[in-house]
Amino acid sequence: MITLTERAATHVSNFLSKRGKGVGLRLGVRTSGCSGLAYRIEYADAVNPEDQTFESHGVKVVVDPKSLQFLEGTELDFTREGLNEGFKFNNPNVKDECGCGESFNV
Amino acid sequence: MALLQISEPGESPGPHRHRLAVGIDLGTTNSLVAAVRNGIAVVLNDHDGHALLPSIVRYLRDGGVAVGRGAEAEQARDPRNTIVSVKRFMGRGLKDVTHAENSPYDFLDLPGMVQIRTVAGVKSPVEVSAEILKVLRARAEESLVGKAGGELAGAVITVPAYFDDAQRQATKDAGKLAGLNVLRLLNEPTAAAIAYGLDNAAEGIYAVYDLGGGTFDISILKLSKGVFEVMATNGDAALGGDDFDQRLFCWVVERARLAPLSSEDTRLLLTQSRAAKEFLTTHLEARISATLMSRETVDVTVTQKEFQEMTRPLVAKTLGPTRKALRDARLEWSEVKGVVMVGGATRMPHVQQMVAELFGQAPLNNLDPDKVVALGAAIQANVLAGNKASGDDWLLLDVIPLSLGIETMGGLAERVIPRNSTIPVARAQEFTTYKDGQTAMSIHVVQGERELVSDCRSLARFELRGIPPMVAGAARIRVTFQVDADGLLSVSARESTTGVEAAIAVKPSYGLTDEQITQMLKDSFDHAKDDVHARALREQRVEGERMLEATEAALREDADLLSTEESAALRTELDALRKTLACTDHRTIKSGIERVNRASEAFAGRRMDRSIKRALAGRKVESL
Repeated sequence: MITLTERAATHVSNFLSKRGKGVGLRLGVRTSGCSGLAYRIEYADAVNPEDQTFESHGVKVVVDPKSLQFLEGTELDFTREGLNEGFKFNNPNVKDECGCGESFNV
Repeated sequence: MALLQISEPGESPGPHRHRLAVGIDLGTTNSLVAAVRNGIAVVLNDHDGHALLPSIVRYLRDGGVAVGRGAEAEQARDPRNTIVSVKRFMGRGLKDVTHAENSPYDFLDLPGMVQIRTVAGVKSPVEVSAEILKVLRARAEESLVGKAGGELAGAVITVPAYFDDAQRQATKDAGKLAGLNVLRLLNEPTAAAIAYGLDNAAEGIYAVYDLGGGTFDISILKLSKGVFEVMATNGDAALGGDDFDQRLFCWVVERARLAPLSSEDTRLLLTQSRAAKEFLTTHLEARISATLMSRETVDVTVTQKEFQEMTRPLVAKTLGPTRKALRDARLEWSEVKGVVMVGGATRMPHVQQMVAELFGQAPLNNLDPDKVVALGAAIQANVLAGNKASGDDWLLLDVIPLSLGIETMGGLAERVIPRNSTIPVARAQEFTTYKDGQTAMSIHVVQGERELVSDCRSLARFELRGIPPMVAGAARIRVTFQVDADGLLSVSARESTTGVEAAIAVKPSYGLTDEQITQMLKDSFDHAKDDVHARALREQRVEGERMLEATEAALREDADLLSTEESAALRTELDALRKTLACTDHRTIKSGIERVNRASEAFAGRRMDRSIKRALAGRKVESL
């Protein structure tokens, strides 16, 4: 199960409508980065047969089964820090992450 | 914890691999910075939520600098040290600055670029602009990288299409001085077209009408297969929203019967005039009230109708360049598929109305006209920084503002590359020698639309030496003009039999202001008829002189082929031709040439026979 906070969902919906296409949001991980794994956050234009999908505050979240192992239970938030704003993964599987938070280990 | 952005499918950057690039609209009145976030171009706001940074820089006695609203608030109190509309001074000498006498600044007329003496020392327009860019850079880094800090990969800064090399270079220098990696300068109208997504629109012709704070630009863009081609540009670098403020200000001064004002009061009333102008976009009347330093009070009301009447001539000034751009692109009004409105001044209802009437269609204005340029620049910056899959980048073509050519005999300009050709471009043309045994040729590169070299601008001269001696007209000299993507012209000349070559590199628009370009174009229209006549006259003179020279050379060589009478008759015609060369009607010279031609026909025939005999003497038929 993967969820979006309401604020994150609102922003994703806005971006999707401005972009003018896309069925939802694709989350994933890939092996790279200083701590082993890195997050991927992309627009989803299609859902593949093996994908798992979740619905959160009206936004479809698409995850491939391999990534889901590392993301199960994650909540995606949208926050603002000064002028900077963006998405943040609250991932219970993470044991340690690099200082920047862009990559992590389970 | 880094804050993440949504990427396009399959384009997620690796950790720490985000290449952050911004687009900056360095405007006369306001400046903005934008970036592509979550795949969408957005303008980056400051902490107070403002997108527009007033392009105003105030220098303080302690060496400090205030930029934007902070500077704006004090400009009425400290006009000498508060620099507004610095873009007008970029790359300009004092004589190029319009309304210099109305400016409150202490100008220093230095070679190259005007400088301003402030309480914090002498500042160049490049330094002033860099202060504006530094603020935008800090805003962008804070927005994109967060407090953790980090560097921008680069920036695209926009410039008016009409900016010359000196102005473009000054803008680039300002970017560098502000610590930005300037990926490229982008013409403002092209940026606007990108922001409107015209690259994804139906193919066709689009016009971009940009009436900003200090510049007016009209660009005719052709979109085909997702590629923008700038077919023609025109404009007026000294016309913009500021002029509307100035006009209203003058009206207020007249209406209130004010004595000459101090610089503080001038600034105060100009600011009030600008506010009134903006108010009149959505209201039928505006009130201007102020208390001056002299304790005088000003309280006048201006209606929308009055304002439109007094500024109508300014709106009308945009018509000429617009027509010219369309004419240069060889297009009819009906062929324009869409008109994009750019610049805050296009919000004025009478501007919208006039453009709609001119093009016979409602212009595109659903994006904020103050932001479109920055948004387009951000999209371009994102592509250039390598964040976009390839095949999606634009090839933005530019045009040559004035024709390029060389001087030919008689002081005539021979066009090699016509104006408004898109660059990069290469054109070659063959020329030949004028005299027998000529071994060198002087190549004079000129720029302009006039027929005579003396009316064009000289760019460079070089010589091609080592041409093998041949009879006049036998040598084949190929002159190649090449203009690269940065507008750098190189000219080479090559004699084809020996391969001797000479070349030179020149910057075609170097030091030419837009006014000069406009003037040169205007002259070519005004003098079109005279020029054609002058060209015909020079051509006939050159032909006449060549004829005299060739015939006399032949007479020296083969006088024995003519009887005394024949020789005398030919010499009479030659003398007659020599006399006609001084007259101003090309037809007279032409008839003189024809008479010499007829009189020398028999002579030419006999010479031909003799040279064939010589060539064949002592040779067998088989060996030929």
